[in-house]
Amino acid sequence: MASANAISQTGPVRFWDRLNISTKRVIWAWAFLAVPIIFYAGIRFYPTFQAFWLSLTNWDLLRPAQFIGFANYQKMFADPVFWKVFQNTFLYLIIGTPVSLVISFVIAYYLDRVKLMHGFIRALYFLPFLTTAAAMGWVWRWFYQPVPIGVINGFLSSVGIPQQPFLRSVDQALFSILIPAIWAGLGFQIIIFMAGLRAIPSTFYEAAKIDGLGDWAILRKITIPLLKPTTVFLVVFSSIGFLRIFDQVYNMTSNDPGGPLNSTKPLVLMIYQTAFSSYQMGYAAAQTVVLFTILLIVSLLQLYVLREKK
Amino acid sequence: MTVTSTELKANSRDIRPGRIIAWTLLLIGGLIMITPLLFMFSTSLKTSGQVYDLRLIPAAPTFDNYIKVLGDGRFMQWFLNSTIIAVTVTISNVFFDSLVGYTLAKFEFRGRYFIFLAILSTLMIPTEMLVIPWYLMSSQLGWLNSYWGIMFPGMMTAFGTFLMKQFFEGVPNDFLEAARVDGLNEFTIWWKIAMPMVVPAISALAIFTFLGNWTAFFWPLIVTTSKELYTLPVGISSFSAEASIQWELIMTGAAIGTIPTLLVFLLLQRYIVRGVMLAGLKG
Repeated sequence: MASANAISQTGPVRFWDRLNISTKRVIWAWAFLAVPIIFYAGIRFYPTFQAFWLSLTNWDLLRPAQFIGFANYQKMFADPVFWKVFQNTFLYLIIGTPVSLVISFVIAYYLDRVKLMHGFIRALYFLPFLTTAAAMGWVWRWFYQPVPIGVINGFLSSVGIPQQPFLRSVDQALFSILIPAIWAGLGFQIIIFMAGLRAIPSTFYEAAKIDGLGDWAILRKITIPLLKPTTVFLVVFSSIGFLRIFDQVYNMTSNDPGGPLNSTKPLVLMIYQTAFSSYQMGYAAAQTVVLFTILLIVSLLQLYVLREKK
Repeated sequence: MTVTSTELKANSRDIRPGRIIAWTLLLIGGLIMITPLLFMFSTSLKTSGQVYDLRLIPAAPTFDNYIKVLGDGRFMQWFLNSTIIAVTVTISNVFFDSLVGYTLAKFEFRGRYFIFLAILSTLMIPTEMLVIPWYLMSSQLGWLNSYWGIMFPGMMTAFGTFLMKQFFEGVPNDFLEAARVDGLNEFTIWWKIAMPMVVPAISALAIFTFLGNWTAFFWPLIVTTSKELYTLPVGISSFSAEASIQWELIMTGAAIGTIPTLLVFLLLQRYIVRGVMLAGLKG
């Protein structure tokens, strides 16, 4: 028994010992990668191809999927609701990204120079980043209620400004949702901008001061150009965030998701409703392909544009 | 940031009105930032009769809402679900993303660059595109309404792998070679020698993964239909919709979802801020 064990153990050990060091390391490398490769293949790549395939079918959970060519895409592009949603999604992006970046840069620029209570003030700006969008959506929703419930209308009426409908208005609802979305992301952007500001070597500033440049000139000629990698990262990161907005919209308009009259509905909410409220899985898959394409174009475009400008 | 003594002198002499105004505005802005949180906590301490009183400090603060909301056990269950899920996914990411990042940084083998590009390219695929196939997969394999069903899509991430690879590249090979000469196997070298050298990156990855999974809403909303398996964000959303106009209860639910991350932040503020900076700059 003991000797049989010993023989069966020496077999693989001898084989392993005969391998040279670099072969052993290659075997180790693939052993380390085995589970991750299965994961990425099965849970990232295969589903991606499946999403493209499903977008060409009429799958609805009940009957097996049937190939219908580009009918889903034709239906989508002919649907006025889709174009409304498309427009909303870009409004979130076009307003949200620049507004949040300008605000967070200005705050980071000044906060970086503040020494008194620096950590405390930074914490105030950072805290909203740690909140749950689903929970804060309800807090903001309460803020926007008419008097006597809502805090904002209560404040407005106390200073003599008329009541605003906010989430109940076709014109104001999208902006009312955008504010908490910007609010929640500011802390992250401020921290990243401050890290970027600190990475600029102080010799640049010293040289500029010797040359007699003022604060404004230093900001324009040194800080902003040298901060470009940070800015590019934040523009791409926050654009992707606004294009994928969902949690806030879902929770702030849950009695009529995306309402009133689809005026706040972003693409991801449309995908959610098509797939999991009306179970048109094939049609929803086609919408996800559109989202994928938009995200891809926006990321590539921004990287390209920001790289071209010096 | 190096500050020379002359600069310090210049700064202390430099208390101009502009600086004071900037400081005051920053402080006011910061207080506005936390106003929603303050009102949330304040309202969670009010009775239903006091909700219309918009003063920030409740006239007669009471924990009745917390007793009521926590009392029916659902929030406890959601809290437990969220904790188990976020902790498990974080451990998995720290383990696998580090292992893959290390392998791609420190091993030479044919196909290394291809594997790296393949993993990196998954950053371009939005979750929303994958949820329909994931849902199909989950329903076929019986993963709907299970912890595993909520967790499986996030067990590894390209972001974490990339972050860890960047940091492992900075680990000097001499240390690893010395361990190899001592006869340690490759797994032990990674776990015992390399991992302790990238602790700041590990904590950054852990913070991001935990926070991301703690606040995750979209996929848990899709994959769970039974209330016992809701995560805290999905639970809060469903609870709030049910509570309708009982705002003091809605604010209490939101506060219960917010308190844990705020507490962790207050305890670990320095590490978290540094972690976010690290992840943002290298990632």
